Amino acid sequence: MSPALRYALTFAVMLAATAGIAALSDWPLYRHHPADMAQVKLSFSHGSDRKAGCRPATAEELAKLPPNMRRPVVCPRDRPSVRIEADLDGRPLLRAEIRAGGIAGDGPARLYRKFSVPAGPHVLDLRLSDTGRAEGFDYTGRMEVALAPAQNFVVDFRPAEGGFVAR
Amino acid sequence: MIGPRSVLRRAFDAVDRGLDRTLGPSLNPMDRLGALGFFFYWIVAVSGIYLFIPFDTGVHGAYASVERITHAQWYAGGVMRSLHRYASDAMVAAMLLHMAREWAHDRYRGVRWFSWLTGVPVLWLLYVSGITGYWLVWDKLAQYVAIASSELLDWLGVFGEPVARNFLAPDALSDRFFTLLVFMHIAVPLFLLFAMWIHLQRISRPKVNPPRALAAATLAAMLAVSLWRPALSQGPADLTTVPSEVGLDWFYLLLYPLIDLWSHGWIWGLLAAFTVMLLAMPWLPPFRRARAAEVTLAQCNGCGRCVDDCPYNAVTLVPRRDGRPFSHEAQVDPGLCAACGICMGACPTSTPFRRSSALATGIDLPERSLTWLRERVLAVTGGTKSGSGVLAFACSHAADTGALVSAGAGVVQLPCVAMMPPSLIDFVLSRELAAGVLVVGCAESGCHHRLGVAWMRERIAGARDPYLRARVPRERLATVWAGPSDAGRVIAAHDELKARLAGLAVAAPARRAVS
Ligand code: HEM
Ligand code: SF4
Ligand code: SF4
Repeated sequence: MSPALRYALTFAVMLAATAGIAALSDWPLYRHHPADMAQVKLSFSHGSDRKAGCRPATAEELAKLPPNMRRPVVCPRDRPSVRIEADLDGRPLLRAEIRAGGIAGDGPARLYRKFSVPAGPHVLDLRLSDTGRAEGFDYTGRMEVALAPAQNFVVDFRPAEGGFVAR
Repeated sequence: MIGPRSVLRRAFDAVDRGLDRTLGPSLNPMDRLGALGFFFYWIVAVSGIYLFIPFDTGVHGAYASVERITHAQWYAGGVMRSLHRYASDAMVAAMLLHMAREWAHDRYRGVRWFSWLTGVPVLWLLYVSGITGYWLVWDKLAQYVAIASSELLDWLGVFGEPVARNFLAPDALSDRFFTLLVFMHIAVPLFLLFAMWIHLQRISRPKVNPPRALAAATLAAMLAVSLWRPALSQGPADLTTVPSEVGLDWFYLLLYPLIDLWSHGWIWGLLAAFTVMLLAMPWLPPFRRARAAEVTLAQCNGCGRCVDDCPYNAVTLVPRRDGRPFSHEAQVDPGLCAACGICMGACPTSTPFRRSSALATGIDLPERSLTWLRERVLAVTGGTKSGSGVLAFACSHAADTGALVSAGAGVVQLPCVAMMPPSLIDFVLSRELAAGVLVVGCAESGCHHRLGVAWMRERIAGARDPYLRARVPRERLATVWAGPSDAGRVIAAHDELKARLAGLAVAAPARRAVS
C-alpha cells in the first residue's frame, strides 16, 4: 500500500472517530425533569434562637463566678433544632426536624429539598419553629402560586424579611 | 481459561491487527493511546488559552462572551471552542481505551504497579477538569451540571454552607463564586498535567508524542469536524427554571443521570468502590512474579547496552566497585525489573558458543538463564545435526504456537523475543541444530514488553548492538509479529519458511561439495 493511501486511510479513521466523539458530546438528549412538571425547592440556612434555651442562674452558680462575670441567666452553647412543616394544597409535603449544624451544634440548621409538582395553581403552607418549643410554630406563611411547566419555585427563610420568602 | 480479560485482549488484538494491516503499525492509533492522550491535552491547552482571553469571567457576561466567541468568530474562536471540547472528549476516550488495553494485556501489575496506580489520579483529575469546564459556559447544561454536582458534593458535608445554595436563585450567584469556578478549571488541568508527568516516571522511552503523520491526521480530522459540527451552547442558564432536557456530554457526564435515580450516598459509594478497586488491582491475585535480573560483575564491562534496552528503567550504570579497570558497572533495581530478559539479549557477553556447560553472562535471569536457554534449544532440537526441522523462538505473549508444534516445529518459549541474544540464531544454524529459525514475537503494535519487538528487529537488521552476524544465512530465518488473534499468520510464516528450506535443501549439497 502506498504511503499516500496509508495517510489518507489514517485521516479517514481519525475523522470517523472524531465525528463519533463529537456526536456523543451533546447527544442523545437526556430528560432530567418531566416536561409538564414544575419544581418547588425549599432551602434555608438559619441559626435558631439560642436564647430559647436560657434559664435563670441559680444562686450557687452565681457564687462560683467572679463578680464581674455574674449574669442573671445561663444560656447553652448549642442551638435548638428547627422544626419545619410544609403542606402543598393541604397535603403534607415535608415534616422535618433539623438539627443545628456545626460540631458543637452551635451553627445554623440547613435545609435543601426539591419536590417535583405538577404545573398549575398551588397553595403552599409553611410553618417553622426555631425556639425549640414542643408545640406550635414561631413563623407561618402561605403562598398561592401558579407554576408554569419547568418553573423552579424557590422558598427561602429569612427572619429579617418576616419569615418565608419566595425567591 | 476464557475470562473477560482474554476476551477483551482478543478484541483489542483483532482491532490492532486490522489497523496494522490498513494503516501500518506506525500509524496505528490504538498503539499510541497514551501518546494521543498527551496530544489531545496540548490541543486542549492551546485552544483553552485562546478562549480564555476574550472570555468574561463574571456570571452575567460569561454566556454572552462564549456566544460571541462561537458565532462572531466562527472561523477562529468557534473552531477553537470545538477543538477544546472535542479534544477533551477524545482524551477521555483515549484514556479509557488505554486503561482497558493495559489491563487486557496484563500490563498493570508486578513492576508496572506504579504506572497503574498513578493513572488513577489522572483519571479523576481529567474528569474534574472536564466537568468544571462545562460550568463556565453558563448555559442550560452548565446550570444542570453545576446544580447536580454541588448537590452531590453537599452530601459529603465538608463545606459548611451547602454549595448548591449558590444556585438557588439568580441573585444568589455571585461573580466571586463564578470566578472561583473559572479558577478551578485552570488549576485542576495543571494538576492533571503534573499527574500525567508522574505517571511516566518509571517508563523508559515513553511514547508521549504520536508519530507526526498520525498527529497531523488527527489534528486535520478534528479541524474538519469542528467546522462541520461546531460545539454550541444550549441556551442561557435561567435559575428560575429547571433545565428539563439537556444534551449531555456522555464522555464526562455519563454518570449524571444516575444522580436522578440513586441517592447521593450510593453514587459516592460506587465511585469510592471503583477507585479502591482500581487502586488495589495490581496487588490482587494471582501473583506471579519472576525473579529479577542479576548482574555478574566478573562478566560486566559497563558498556551500558542493557541500560539502553531495558524498557522499565530497571538497570542503571553505577561507578565500578570491584577494582577492575572499567569506569562503570550495571546495577539492577529488583523492584523495577519485569524479568523480560531483554537485558540478557542485549549484553555482549551473552553467547551460547562457549564450551562450558554453565554459561556466564554479564546480566542474566535466575529463572530463565542463558544456560537454561541453550539447554532448551538442545533439548527441543535433539542437540544433533538433525538439520531438516524448523526451530521457533516464540514470545509467550504472542500468538499461540500450538499449531507449530503440531506441524512438527520445535518451539522455545521466551518471556520476550528480545531476550534471545542474536548469537543464538547463529548457534542454531551454524551447528545445524535446525534447518531454519522462526522468530515469533508480539504484534508490532502490541509488544508486551513495549520495546522487545523493536529491539529484535533492529538487531536482526544490523542496526542495533548486538546484531545478528552477517554470516547467518538470512534465507533460513523468518520473523513473524503476531498477536493472540493471529495464530494463522504464524503457521503461514512457518509453512513459507519450510517451503523455502525445501528449495535450499536441493541446492545445499552442491554448496557443501565446493567448500
Ligand atoms: C489521559 C490520561 C493518560 C495518559 C495521557 C497516559 C499516558 C501514558 C503513556 C504516554 C504511557 C507510556 C506508553 C508507552 O510508551 O508504551 C502510559 C503507560 C501506562 N499507563 Fe497511562 N495514561 C493515562 C491514563 C492512564 C490510566 C487512567 C491508567 C490506569 C489506571 C493508566 C495505566 C498505564 C499503565 C499500566 C502503563 C504502563 C504500560 C507498560 O508498562 O507497558 N494510564 N500512559
Ligand atoms: S529483565 Fe532486564 S531488561 Fe527486563 S526489566 Fe529486568 S533489568 Fe530490565
Ligand atoms: S550489557 Fe552486559 S556488559 Fe554491558 S553493562 Fe550491561 S551487564 Fe554489563
